[in-house]
Amino acid sequence: MLPAIPNILSVVTFLPLFGALVILVMRAMARKDDSDVIAGNAKWVALWTTLLTLLVSVVLVLQFDHAKPGYQFEERFEWFGPISYHMGVDGISILFVLLTAFLMPLCIAASWDSIKTRITEYMIAFLLLETLVIGVFTSLDLFLFYIFFEGGLVPMFLIIGIWGGKNRTYAAYKFFLYTLLGSVLMLAAMLYMVNVAGTADIPTLSKFAFAREVQPWLWFAFFASFAVKMPMWPVHTWLPDAHVEAPTAGSVMLAGILLKLGGYGFIRFNLPMFPYASHMFAPLVMGLSVVAVVYTSLVAFRQTDIKKLIAYSSVAHMGFVTMGIFAGNALGIQGAVYQMISHGVISGALFLCVGVVYDRWHTREIAFYGGLTKLLPHYAFVFLLFTMANVGLPGTSGFIGEITTMTGAYQWGTWVAFVAASGVIFSAVYALNLYKRVMFGVVTNDELKKYPDLSVREIAIFAPLIAGTLLLGIYPAFVFDFTTASIDAVVAGYRAAFGG
Amino acid sequence: MDLNFALHLSTPELILGIGAIVILVFGAFRGDKGMTSVSALSGLCLLAAAFAAATSDYGVAYNGSFVIDRVGLFVKVTIYVAALFIIVLGQGYFDRLNSRRFEFPILILLATLGMSMMVSAGDLIALYIGLELQSLAMYVLAAFRRDDAKSSEAGLKYFVLGALASGLLLYGASLVYGFAGSMNFHDIAAATVKNPNTGLIFGLVFLISGLAFKVSAAPFHMWTPDVYEGAPTPVVAFAAGAPKFAAMVLLARVLQTGFGHQAFQWQQVILLLSVLSFVIGGLGGLMQKDFKRLLAYSSIANMGYALLAIAAGGTGVSALLMFFVMYMVDTLGLFSGQMALKRNGEPITQIDQLAGLAKLNMPLTIAITMLALSVLGMPPFAGFWSKFFVFGAAIHAGLWGFAAAGLVASVIAAFYYLRILKLMWFDAAPAGIDASPAEAKWITYLAAAFAFPGIIVFLWLAYPLAQAAAIGFGG
Repeated sequence: MLPAIPNILSVVTFLPLFGALVILVMRAMARKDDSDVIAGNAKWVALWTTLLTLLVSVVLVLQFDHAKPGYQFEERFEWFGPISYHMGVDGISILFVLLTAFLMPLCIAASWDSIKTRITEYMIAFLLLETLVIGVFTSLDLFLFYIFFEGGLVPMFLIIGIWGGKNRTYAAYKFFLYTLLGSVLMLAAMLYMVNVAGTADIPTLSKFAFAREVQPWLWFAFFASFAVKMPMWPVHTWLPDAHVEAPTAGSVMLAGILLKLGGYGFIRFNLPMFPYASHMFAPLVMGLSVVAVVYTSLVAFRQTDIKKLIAYSSVAHMGFVTMGIFAGNALGIQGAVYQMISHGVISGALFLCVGVVYDRWHTREIAFYGGLTKLLPHYAFVFLLFTMANVGLPGTSGFIGEITTMTGAYQWGTWVAFVAASGVIFSAVYALNLYKRVMFGVVTNDELKKYPDLSVREIAIFAPLIAGTLLLGIYPAFVFDFTTASIDAVVAGYRAAFGG
Repeated sequence: MDLNFALHLSTPELILGIGAIVILVFGAFRGDKGMTSVSALSGLCLLAAAFAAATSDYGVAYNGSFVIDRVGLFVKVTIYVAALFIIVLGQGYFDRLNSRRFEFPILILLATLGMSMMVSAGDLIALYIGLELQSLAMYVLAAFRRDDAKSSEAGLKYFVLGALASGLLLYGASLVYGFAGSMNFHDIAAATVKNPNTGLIFGLVFLISGLAFKVSAAPFHMWTPDVYEGAPTPVVAFAAGAPKFAAMVLLARVLQTGFGHQAFQWQQVILLLSVLSFVIGGLGGLMQKDFKRLLAYSSIANMGYALLAIAAGGTGVSALLMFFVMYMVDTLGLFSGQMALKRNGEPITQIDQLAGLAKLNMPLTIAITMLALSVLGMPPFAGFWSKFFVFGAAIHAGLWGFAAAGLVASVIAAFYYLRILKLMWFDAAPAGIDASPAEAKWITYLAAAFAFPGIIVFLWLAYPLAQAAAIGFGG
C-alpha cells in the first residue's frame, strides 16, 4: 500500500513550477561569475524535479481505481463567479499525465550537452511547460483548462525562438499565431457555454444538453482549436516549420505531448458536450483524417530533411487518432487514446534519434548521411526499432494503435478503414526509404567517421523508450485497463444523445 | 437633501480640491526646489481621498447633479491609487531630467479631481465641468516639458483637437437640453419616453462623439499616437488609464441613465466605434517602431473592447470596471518599464532598442514579458481576465458575433506584442544598458506581480464588488 499524498493532482501539476522557481531563485542569488556553476545546478535541479514528478505520477497511477468511470482524486475550491479550481483525472487523462512525466526527464537528459547557451532559462522553460501541460490533463474547469492549454504556448514560443535553428523566429511566430487563432474561437464558445449553463465545471457541462441549433457552432469553435493543435490537414502547416526549427527536446515535447492536447480535447469536449454536432460532422472529420493519412504520407516521402519527414509522419498518425475518435464507438476511441500514447513514445524517440545525428554533424539533410549502420551499429538498432514501430510492425505499440483505430473506423464506414489502411503501406514506404538512405549503403561522407556511437547517456535515454514501445506492443491491456471504463461512459453518453 | 449631507458625500472631491489649492500656495512659497515635498503632500492628499471614497456613503447631492454610487466609488478609488503611482513616477522622472517643477503633482491632483467629478456626474453641466477640468489639466501636463519640441507639439495637438471635441460635446449637450428641457439624466430619460424625437438622438450622437474622442476610440483616435509619443512618459502613463476610465464610466452613465430607453439607438453607434477601434488599433500597431506609439494603438484597441462592454449594457458595467483596473495596471507597468530602460544615458524610445534585453537585465525582461503577454490576453495573466469579462458580457448580451470579431482582432494585435518578446528574448544584445531608476523598476515589478499571481487574489476580492456595483447602475 502506497502512502496517500494529499492533493496529489496539485502536487504533480505544480511540482515542476516549484522546480522552476528554485532555479530562478538560485540564479537571482548567485554572483555574476558563477554562471557555469548555476547552469550545471539548473540541469540537476531540472532533472531531479522531473524525476520526482514522474515518481509522483507513478504513485498516482498505482492508486488509481480502474473500475470507476468517473473522475478520481478530485480537488475543488471556489474561485470567483462561475469559476473554480477543480482538478481530477479519469482513465483517459491519467495516462497523459504519466506520458508527460515520462517524457520530461528524457527531454532534460537529451538537452544535457546539446544546449550550450542560456541553460538556466532553458530548464525553466521546460519545467514551466511541464506544469502547463500536466495542468491541461488534470483540470476539470473550463477556464482552468484554457489557462493551461493557452499558457503552454508561451514556453514553447520561447523554446523555439531562443534555442531553435536559423529560421526560428518565423517558426515561433507561426506556431504561436496559428494556435492562438484557433484558441480564441474556443474561448468565445466557452464564454457562451458558461453563460448558458451557468457553470464552468467540465463534468457538469458534459451532461448539459446544449440546444441543437447552437451545437454546430460550439463544436466548430472547439474543433478549430483542437484541429490546429492536432494538427489536422489542412491546418497542419505550422507543424513542419515548428519541428524543424525547434531544438530536439522541443520537438519531443511538441510531437510527444502537445499534439495530444488536440485529441484529448476532442474526447473531453467535442464528443460529450456536443454529441449531436459531432455526429453530424463525423463524415467531415473522417474525410479530413483519411486525407491526412494518405496525403501527408506522400508528402513525407518527398522530404529531404529528416525532421520534416518525421513531422509529416506525425500528421499522418494523428489522422488515425481523429478517425478513431469520431468513429464514435468504444473501439475507435480506445484505439485513438492508445495511438496517442504510443505515438507520444515513438515520435519522441524518433526525434531523439534525429537529435543524436544532429548533435554530431549539425545537419538534418538526408542526402548528407549514408551507411551509418557500419559506423554506429547501436544507433542503427535503435533507429530501426523506432522506424518499425512508426510503420506499425506487430509487436510494437504502433501496430495496436493503428489496428484498433481502423477496426473502430471500419464499424463506422468501410471505405474509411480501406483508405486508411493504404496509409499504413505509404508509411512503410517513406519510413523504410528514410532508413535505407540514412543507414544502409556505402558511407557517403568522410565526415561521418568522425564521431562515435551512442554514449551511455544516450543509451540511458533510449532504454526506457524502447521498453515502453515493446511493453505497450506486447501487453496493450496496460492502457486499455485504464481507459475502458471512462471511454465506455463517453460512448454511452454520445450514443444516447442522438439515439444511435 | 441638506448641505451637510451633500458635503459629506463629496468628501473625496473636497479633499482633492482644497488640498490642491493649499499645496499650490505652499509650492508657490517653496519654489521648484520644493517639488519633493509637494509630491509627498499630494500623495497624502490622494491617499486621504481614496480612504474617504472607500468608506463613503451612497446618495445623490446638489440637486441630482452629483451621484455617489458603488460604481463611482469603485472607479474613484482606482483612479486615486493610479494618480498616486503617477506622482511617484513623475517625481523621479523630472528629478533625473533636472527640471523639477512643483506644479506637476498639483496638476495631477486637479486632473484627478476632474475625473472624480466625471464619474459622479448626474447632469450635463457636471459632466462638462468635470471633463473640462480634467482635460485642461491634461493639456498642460502633455506640454509639461516646454523646452522639448515634441512635448510642446503633443500639448498643442491635444489641446486643439480636445477643444474641438469639447465643442462637439457641448453642442450635443445643448441639443439634448433643448429637446429634453432638462440637464438631469433622469429627466432626460423621462423625456426620451414621453417625447422621443430625432433632436435628442442627434444630440446624443454628438455627446458620444465628444466622449469617444476623450477615450481615443476610432475614428476619433488620430491624436493618440502623436500625444503619446511626445508627452512626458509619466503623463502618458496617466493619460492612457485614468481619464479614459472616467470618461468610459461617464459614457456608460449617460447612455444607461439618460438614454436607457433608447438603447437600440445608441447600441449600434457604440458597436461601430468598438469594432473600428479594435480593428484600427490592431492593424495600426503592426507597423509602429516607437514604443509609446505602439502602446497608443494598443490603447485604441483596448478602448474598442471597453466599448463592447458598454454596448452590452447590463452586466457590461461590472465587466467594464474589472477590465479597466486590469488594463490600467498593465499599461502603467509597460510605461514604467519603458522608463526603467536606458541605454548609454538615453531613454529607450524605439522598440528595436529592446533587442537582447534578456541577456542584459533578466528581472525587467521577465516583468515586461509578463506585462506584454498580459495585454496580449494570454492566460493566466490579468489581461486575459479583462478580455474574459468583456467578451463574456458581450456574449451574455447576445453580441456573440462582435465578441468573436474582437477575439480575432486580438490575435492580429498579438503580433506586435510578440515582437516585443522576440526582440527581448531572441535577438542579440547590441550594447550595454544603464542601471534602472528604482521607482520605475519597482512599479514595473509591482504591475507584473499584479498581472500574475496577484490577479488570483484580485479576482477573488474585486469580482463580488464589481458585481454588486453593477446592480442598480443606470436605474
